[in-house]
This record gives sequence, C-alpha cells and structure tokens, in this order.
Amino acid sequence: MTATAERPTTIFRRPKATTGIWSWITTVDHKRIGIMYGYTAFVFFIIGGIEALLIRIQLAQPNMEFLTAAEYNALFTTHAVTMIFLFVMPVSAAFVNYLLPLMIGARDVAFPRLNALSYWIFLFGGIFIYSAIFFSDVTAPVGAQGVPGNLDPSDQTFLGGIPSGGWFLYQPNAGPVFSPGRAIDFAVIGIQILGVASLIASVNFIVTIFNMRARGMRLLRMPVMVWMTLVVQFLLLFSLPIIAVALFMVMFDRQFGTLFFDATAGGDPILWQHLFWLFGHPEVYVLILPAMGIVSEVLPVFSKKPLFGYPAVVFAGAGIGFLGFGVWAHHMFASGITEVAQAAFGLATMTIAIPTGIKIFNWLGTMWGGKIRFTTPMLFAIGFVAMFVIGGLSGVTHAVVPSDWQQTDTYWIVAHFHYVLFGGAVFAIFGGLYYWFPKLTGRMMNEKLGKLHFWVMFIGFNLTFAPMHWLGLQGMVRRTWQYPEGLNLGPWNLASTIGAFIIAASILIFMYNWIRSKRHGEPSGLDPWDARTIEWTIPNPTPEYNFAKPPVIRSLDDFWHRKYTVDEEGRAVRRPDADELIARLDEEGRNPTEPIHLPNPSYFPIIAAAGLPIIGYGIIFHTSVTGKFLIAFGALLTIAALLGWGMEPLEEEHTETGLATAEAH
Amino acid sequence: MADVAQAVPAGTHGEHESTGIEHRKLGMWVFLSSEFLFFGAFITTYLLFASRPGLARPYPAEVYDIPFTSVSSFVLLMSSLTMVLAHNAIERNDQSGTRTWLLATAMLGSIFIGGQVFEFTAFVTEYGMKLTTSPAASAFFVLTGFHGLHVLVGVLMLFSLYGMSRRMGGLSPKHHLNVELVGLYWHFVDIIWIVIFTVVYLLSKPPL
Repeated sequence: MTATAERPTTIFRRPKATTGIWSWITTVDHKRIGIMYGYTAFVFFIIGGIEALLIRIQLAQPNMEFLTAAEYNALFTTHAVTMIFLFVMPVSAAFVNYLLPLMIGARDVAFPRLNALSYWIFLFGGIFIYSAIFFSDVTAPVGAQGVPGNLDPSDQTFLGGIPSGGWFLYQPNAGPVFSPGRAIDFAVIGIQILGVASLIASVNFIVTIFNMRARGMRLLRMPVMVWMTLVVQFLLLFSLPIIAVALFMVMFDRQFGTLFFDATAGGDPILWQHLFWLFGHPEVYVLILPAMGIVSEVLPVFSKKPLFGYPAVVFAGAGIGFLGFGVWAHHMFASGITEVAQAAFGLATMTIAIPTGIKIFNWLGTMWGGKIRFTTPMLFAIGFVAMFVIGGLSGVTHAVVPSDWQQTDTYWIVAHFHYVLFGGAVFAIFGGLYYWFPKLTGRMMNEKLGKLHFWVMFIGFNLTFAPMHWLGLQGMVRRTWQYPEGLNLGPWNLASTIGAFIIAASILIFMYNWIRSKRHGEPSGLDPWDARTIEWTIPNPTPEYNFAKPPVIRSLDDFWHRKYTVDEEGRAVRRPDADELIARLDEEGRNPTEPIHLPNPSYFPIIAAAGLPIIGYGIIFHTSVTGKFLIAFGALLTIAALLGWGMEPLEEEHTETGLATAEAH
Repeated sequence: MADVAQAVPAGTHGEHESTGIEHRKLGMWVFLSSEFLFFGAFITTYLLFASRPGLARPYPAEVYDIPFTSVSSFVLLMSSLTMVLAHNAIERNDQSGTRTWLLATAMLGSIFIGGQVFEFTAFVTEYGMKLTTSPAASAFFVLTGFHGLHVLVGVLMLFSLYGMSRRMGGLSPKHHLNVELVGLYWHFVDIIWIVIFTVVYLLSKPPL
C-alpha cells in the first residue's frame, strides 16, 4: 500500500516451489520444520537404539567379547549423545514447532527463517558428529595401552573412530593427553553446533510466546504444554552459553594447546565438571519438561476433567526451572567438593522433589473421579506418571550424600536416569505422537496396534531397566565393557538384554502402525479426542495457514467451554449445538474468507547453516592448509548467507490469489 | 496490510496478545541475556586462575599496560556515543548523518580491535605470555579474544548497514529498526568490556 519502491537487493529470487524436495529445503513453515525435526530425530533414535542393543549384547553375559573395550566406550558415548542431543531435544523441538503456534493461535513463529536455520544447523550438527566415523585416526588412550581388549593403533575398527569418553567429556580424560586422536573433537564441536541451533530456537520460541498469542490468550490461559515450552526455552537460553564456554575451552585445550584443564600446569579439571553440570542439570529439565507438558495436555482430555490445579502445575514447572540451576553439584559429590557444598547441594536437590511432587499429585488429581478413556495416548501418559515416580524416587536418593557416594558410577544411576528419560520423556513423546497424529495427517493411528505397542514397550522397558537397580546395588560398575563371572551379575544382565530387544520390537510395531495409519488410518475429523485446546478447532490435517480467521480466546480450555456447559450439580454436559459447532469450524477452517499472508520460503537458512560444520572441520584440521581454507570458507559462506538474508526483501509483490503469498519478518 | 504490520509494533494492532515490543527487538534482548552468561562463565574462569599461586609466569596482571588499555577502552566507550548518534539520526530520517555515524562507530570499533591486536602482540613478544603459557594466560586470551570477536561481528554489521544504506540510497523505514538492533548489540559489547576492563584488568592481582 504505502510501500516505497525498493530496488531488489537479493541474490536469488525467493523460491516458489510448494511441492517436492526444494519446497522442503526452502520451507519456513513451522509445521513442515516440525515434521522434519521429528523424522530426523526418529532416525537418530533408531541409530541410538541400535547402539543400545549392541551395548546390551556385550553385557548379556560375563566376559563377553562381542565388542572391544574401545568400541564399547564409543558406543555408550554416542548412545548418550545421540539420545540426548539428537533425539529427545529435537523431538521436543518437533512438538514445539508444530504445536506452539497452533496452541497460541498464531500463523507461524516469530522468526520463520530463523526457525529453518535452527533445523538445518541441528541436522548438520548431527551429521557432523557421526562423520567422525570417516576421519578415524584412533590412537590408544594413554591410560589404556596394553590393557587387553583396548585399542592399539593397529587395531582400528569402524566404530573406533567415533567419540568415546562419555557424553559428559570429563577432563582430563577427554582432553588432549588421555584422548588423543580426532574422535572427541567431533563430539566437542558437534555439540557446540547443536547448541547454536537450540539457542536460536529458544530466542525464537520465547519471542513467539510473548508476542504472538491470539487475542484473549493471556499467559494463564496458555496450555501447560506452552508454559513448559517457555520454561524450557529459558533454561536453554541460560544454560547453553555455559556449555558453549566449557566446550570452547576443551576445544582450545585440544586444538591450540591452552591449559584450562591441565592439572600439571595448574589447570582445573573440576572447573569442567562445574561448567558441564551447570549446563547439564538444567538440560535434564530441558528433556523432561516438554514431556510433562504433553502429559498435562493428554490426561485432562481423557479424564474428561480440567487439569487439576492448573496454576500450581504452571508454577511448579517454573519452580523446577529455577531450582534446576541450583543443584548441579549433586553430580559431583564424589569429586571432592567441600562438605558445606555437599550439604547445600544435597538440600537443594531435595527441594526439587517439592514442585515435582506437586505435578505428580496434580496429574493424579486430574484423573481422580474422571471418566477415564484408556486410549493409547492415555496409556502412555499414565505410564509416564508411574515410571516417572519410580525414577523420581531413585533420584531423591542421590540427594543423600553418603548414599550417593555408594551409587556413584553404578548401574543404580543408569537405572535412575533411564526411568526418568525413557520411562518419562520417551513414554510421553510416544503418547504425544499418538495424540497429535491426526493433526499431521487427518487420520487416526490404529488403536489396537497402539495399545500393543504400549504394553510391549512397557514390559520391555521395565525388564530392561528395573534389574539395573539391583545390579547397581550389587555394585556393578557402569561404563565398563565386561564384568567378571562369579558375582552373580549374569542373570539380571541377561534379563535386561532381553528387555532391550522387546523395546526394539515395540518400536517396530510403532513404525508399522505409523506408516500404515498415514495411508489407511481412519479419517479423524476435526475433534477426534473431544479435546480442550484450540489446536483442535482447525481442520485436520492442519491447513497451511493454520487459522482461517485469527481465533479469540475467552478462557482456559477455550474449545472445551464452547462444547460443554455445567448442569446444576456441576457436572459437564455437552451443549446441544456442539456437533454443529464442530462441523462449522471444520467448514470455516477450510475456507478462509480473506487472503492470508504467509512467510516466504528462503534459500538462506540452509546455506548459513552449512557454513558451521565446514568451520568445524576446518578447526579439527587447522594445522593443514585445507583446514585453514575450510575455516575461512565456512565463515565466509555463513556471513554471505546472513548478508543475503538481511537484504532479502521483507516482502514481494503480492500475488493476490488468495493463499500462500508473501510477508516475512 | 503487511506494510502496516511492519510499521506498527506487533502488539498494537489488536490481533495479538503481546508485549508490544517489536519481535526483532525483543529477540535481540532475549539473545543478549544469554550472552551475559557466556561472558560471565569466561570471566569466572579467568578469576579462578588469575591469582592462583604456582602457575607459570608471567601472570596476565603482571603484563597489563593499563594506560594503553584505558585509551582503547575510551575509544570503545566513545563508539557507543556515535552509535547513539547514528540511531538518533535515523529516527530523524537523516540518511547521510546515519551513514556518517555508522561509519564512525565502525571505525572506532576497528581501532579498538587494532589496539587489542597490538596488545596481544606485545604480551607475546615482549613478555613471553602466550596462549599456552598458563591457564591464567589461556583464560585471558580466550576471554578477551571472544570479546574482540564480538566487536568484529558488530563492526561487520555496522559496515553492512552502511553498505545497504549506500546501495539503496538510504535505509527505508522498514530497516530503521536494524540500526537500533545493531545499537543494542553494540552497547552490550561495550558494557561487557567495561566489566572486563574493571574486573580483569584493574582488579585482578597476581599472587604475592
């Protein structure tokens, strides 16, 4: 309208493709980005799962020689890195990307192109870590030379080139002296790259939540899922810079000879532990809070009751976020920190149980007296609550310092964090996938197969990880590739291995169900679950423009209140015109009455992202000319892409054909 | 329609519940809050080693040239003034004034970086304090080096704004906010330097 004529400043014409591979590469649609996050994360989940199975085969019996010690080290390291940074975090990002704008009534996130940038950086970072396989130059860790089963330079294997030394990269073990070779560098720089992706995403989501809520969507009317997302983004915002600093220091130690963690020169290995866990503990809540958000959405729907104590759940989540920054040293009770610090961090850790307990009781209160429908998402949500309680209780034992000393580096710890991260996060994630599948596809997942998946996974999970409790109490040490005969550790380890394969079977059931339901699932209609939140007021699958008309929110659980009223005795009664309302919403949602401006696709995010791993390779090979060239080339590529990005016209001439035209921030 | 949405802060046209702060501005504030922890962690690391006895000499605090660094700090502080003047000029739609002050800010920033290069060179060649001398020296170089990198990124952004303005014959109203965003970033980098200069240069002492 008032646009002053502006000379085109962009290098490329903005991409126009709406189907095919280029439409995905250049997309800035939060839903497509969410789907890409989801599928990529699932591929990494399969890879991490295969690594876990290899680990379990090695541990099935005493003194197994299925893997070498070096391979075992590499596998438990990449298993953790993969599951944490390449599966749970990005799959949460997938949920957030897809659902956040729908749940707050927005057309997209605040910065659609930054959103695409986050995804591509994440993808390239993940590939970067695994590309270590192709740059294997394994030399035996100094402390491990001559130990049977350990690697000597003549014993290079395919797996030996991938990072080992644990996902926490403890110094000086993962430093230049004790872990020579390049493998660790791929983890150090790769995690740094992934951190950039998460940091950009956190800025994006925070601005989206603060600035783009639909009219009437006040903060305390937001779905709990959105609240938990907000808390998580702040956790990332404040913890990622700390791990960035720590990883830079390791990188400099390994590449450029600095002495941050070299105790012989007065450096401080404990500094690494502090910085790592100052990030690492908030990270735990980064992994679990989105899952709590999912469960807080699913439980009320299938209990036909509002979430019990909504503000308490919200504030407990925020409380966990705050406390999460004050408990990191409980990972370090065995590192020789002072007794005062141990007591303080022990107490602080116990206080985490309060907000967590509030949430558990609120979820129980939600189900209490409700009309429960045991659908697949509900089973997973209930499974989450039960398993998370077990994991939470074993977690409290770590707050008791003398008890923690006994448990440190035993399978008790492994059991604990798998109960919270697998029994917790992963169960909730699968529940969420079943619950929101209709939003992606307009179809339902098969309930019978879904329930089968749940029960097989539930049994497999408990068979795998419950025995680790007693193995840990018996003193079985974690991160050790073999255990001797005669300690009676064999039977429970075998049970655990069998359980791991049962989990794998359940994942196959899920994959079959997913693929089959995408094609042949029952059409879901607009509101398959009798849901409460506004993402279900628009057609399935979600139209490209999300909301045909910007929604207006009048209360918490707005959709529910439009469908239900209460009778004299306070019971929920479906309004007579509820079905009519759903039909009308479906109709209106498919037929926008006015042209809708959607953000334009762009080439620049993927180009800018591609520069980072190139810089990474350059740093790893910086002693060679190629390396120096790669650093310069990667930096220039990213800078050029960002310049092109900055000059990309904010909008193009509108082709007023109705949908899918221009506007970008 | 889109123009209106661009020109008016997102919160004021009634479609959204919002803070009323433009997306990009809020995003910059949020990002900078994260940057504080980045430098906080580095400064903490430096303080851990700055006075730790028994490290290889020289300690950073033994080689500082405070008068020199005071001058380059003053240069950086003045660049915040020119940045404000650039912002002020663009608010008045004074295009040539904006370009002048953007360029002045970039120049002052470049002088600061030049001073840092000179300082590093002197530490290495005259005093033999290298990146690999001691953890304290490592912490000093990496901390101030990352700050210098931030200044460099700011200078690049200033030059690209200047270039955009030259090429398009002035920054359109849509790009006015970019000046403010670069300004926010620039002041942040400046504030961090004030902390670094105070804590790392003036207050840290080598062990007795």
